[in-house]
Amino acid sequence: MTQLRRSLSRYSESGIPLWRDIRVIQAVGQIVSAIIVLGFLYFLIRNMLDAAAARGLGLGYDFLSNSAGFGLDDTPIEYDPSMSFGRALLIGLLNTLRVALLGIVLATALGIVVGLSRLSTNWLVRNLANVYVETIRNVPLLVQLFFWFFAVFQQLPSVANSITVGPFAALNQRGIYLVALRRGEGFAGWIITVAVAIALSFVLYILLHRYRLRTGRRTYPFIVAMLVLLGLPLAGWFLAGGSPLVPDFPTVGRFNYTGGTTVTTNFAALLVGLVLYTAAFIAEVVRAGVQAVSKGQREAARSLGLSGLQAMRLIVFPQALRVIIPPLISQYLNLTKNSSLAVAIGYPDLFAVGKTIIDQAGRAVPVFVLVMVTYLIISLTYSILLNIYNRRISFVER
Amino acid sequence: MLWKRLLPVLMLALLLTVVACADSGGETVEVTRLVEVTRIVETGAGEGEAAPAPVQVGAGEILQRVLDRGRVVCGARTDLAGFGYLDEAGNTIGFDVDLCRAVATALFNDPEAVEIVNLTAADRGPSLQTGEVDMLSRNVTWTSSRDAQWGNFTLITFYDGQGFLVPADTDIFEIEDLDGATVCVTTGTTTQLNLSDAFRQRGLEYTDVSFEDTATVYSTYEGGGCDAATSDKSQLAAIQSGLENPDAHRILDITISKEPLTSAVPHGDDQWFDVVKTVIYVLINAEELGVTSGNVDEMMTSENVEVRRLLGQEGEFGQADLGLDADFAANVIRAVGNYGEIYDRYMGPDGHAFTLNRGLNNLWTEGGLIYAPPLR
Repeated sequence: MTQLRRSLSRYSESGIPLWRDIRVIQAVGQIVSAIIVLGFLYFLIRNMLDAAAARGLGLGYDFLSNSAGFGLDDTPIEYDPSMSFGRALLIGLLNTLRVALLGIVLATALGIVVGLSRLSTNWLVRNLANVYVETIRNVPLLVQLFFWFFAVFQQLPSVANSITVGPFAALNQRGIYLVALRRGEGFAGWIITVAVAIALSFVLYILLHRYRLRTGRRTYPFIVAMLVLLGLPLAGWFLAGGSPLVPDFPTVGRFNYTGGTTVTTNFAALLVGLVLYTAAFIAEVVRAGVQAVSKGQREAARSLGLSGLQAMRLIVFPQALRVIIPPLISQYLNLTKNSSLAVAIGYPDLFAVGKTIIDQAGRAVPVFVLVMVTYLIISLTYSILLNIYNRRISFVER
Repeated sequence: MLWKRLLPVLMLALLLTVVACADSGGETVEVTRLVEVTRIVETGAGEGEAAPAPVQVGAGEILQRVLDRGRVVCGARTDLAGFGYLDEAGNTIGFDVDLCRAVATALFNDPEAVEIVNLTAADRGPSLQTGEVDMLSRNVTWTSSRDAQWGNFTLITFYDGQGFLVPADTDIFEIEDLDGATVCVTTGTTTQLNLSDAFRQRGLEYTDVSFEDTATVYSTYEGGGCDAATSDKSQLAAIQSGLENPDAHRILDITISKEPLTSAVPHGDDQWFDVVKTVIYVLINAEELGVTSGNVDEMMTSENVEVRRLLGQEGEFGQADLGLDADFAANVIRAVGNYGEIYDRYMGPDGHAFTLNRGLNNLWTEGGLIYAPPLR
């Protein structure tokens, strides 16, 4: 026995027996806890697979190529019920991205305006912003979505009594219908002049702007660029002959408007709800960021002769961004994930289409895994992009 | 320092426990399967042994469970007018519920010997598969895949079909008139698939506005968010009766799908399956023979041999083989009435829920499809 102990303790340099050596105990602890975690995961997964097998639930993804068989009412790309479940899911993804990206842009703009308004010296502006933030932030989003869909957009006039702006636009409880431009005769030639105009105006603006900075002479870069941007396509229009773009007016049919572009009220309600809700949070993030910049910066800027707006735009806000960006990422992620509440108001987003597929194809586990992974990929992409941006603007320490 | 010395031991103990749990968890599944197999073998063996014996047949597993418990656990719904809903006093009533009460009366001579379990559309299949309910009578469409997966379907008690609800003042009569319309539908139902099939076959266009929540579907329809709402006609009739102004809406005559509604029982107990079916045969045959809850006692002395056999006065039609009382049919009819009475109670001209023309749900002798095997 003593011999065994001695032979074991050879491995411990300090002569402490192995079971009392802190390094050995730590290593064993790590291994044991890793085994426990892995064993638990193994148990969970095996349990799920066993249960799925016992109930005859398929776990494969073959069904994605089967015909979907159900209709969708908001399709950015072509779709009809004879197309596959995969196609339907793709439409759900595009719908999610559409509402999320548009929502992020609008919510950021509104959030910055409201956030700065909360710091305004104007009593009315400041308190309006306060009331907005406190009201919107403290009512659940689902309730707000129902409010926008049923109490606002469903209360618009019926199709027969639509509000119309000439032949160009119509508004009713089912959607907003706008005139669209379709390509017509001579489109190919004309679009080249447009591309040239955009490139040329961009280059001219930069050159003239630099020249002005270098020499101090007035060069009117903006006016020149706009003239090129508008003038060239106009000239191209007549040179191309025919009419390169044809207006497609929304026309009222037996039941609905057809033609033009349509924004359904389901989409509009979701977008308005998400933007107003998220903007209230972004406003608070912006306010916190601006208040985090020391007062001296602003005072110094004013004393150098910058106006209040210039001081905010050039001195305070760029520094505030460092504080704003990280919590802003969370708000963008929240907006995207909250868009899955679309299922309540009939907008076919990723989650809503996924749920329909679960009901129709009976593949709960594969579809949920697919939907979860998709949201994860979207969220991680946001995080990566914004973290790169954050690194670029963050304070360079010397 | 003591805890540090004990840590590895504790860790090991924990690990062993987890592993043991995982193992026992895995084995539980195995054991469950084994039991299932054993049960089937037992039932087969039981019947094989019982066959030589003259009359005595042991009750099957589910039937025995129901008899031991003293009441029938019935999967139904409590939110669909006419089929399964709550009355003013809070009791669950309806066409589907009465079928459960009829079975309970056959076994216990007490229509109240039922336990109603409210099931959602998504829960109804699994609750039947797992045997959580003895009987499912919840507005279920009988389809071949459900028959294969869920349990045994008994006898079609209601011939339904998918129809359209439209505002009364529109000039829509045929499905072709709906070309280009916006149609509201509940997402994830066979209804949604039938809708798309019907329009595609005819080369018609439509816009599908679908919600998960049935109430949202009809509130959107009522608010003008869509030109038509589609569902099974019986459901449309139930919904229409609940709209603010029922007369401002009408159900089109067209039917775009077959929706045979029936009660179902779990797989694995043929005798229980037969009991439920036989009770439904009794309800239908009673209407055919003119036996009602009002005249059942007078009919006891009828000279019609079929009526006498139905009421257990002469001969028998399998009551003993199923382990039922000779006069169980009389009890059932006295308590819940015949098929026609049940229908009229909820959906007849003076129905409690709404009025729906019997149409296909007339007896075969009246031009409908309701037909049951003879009782003999």
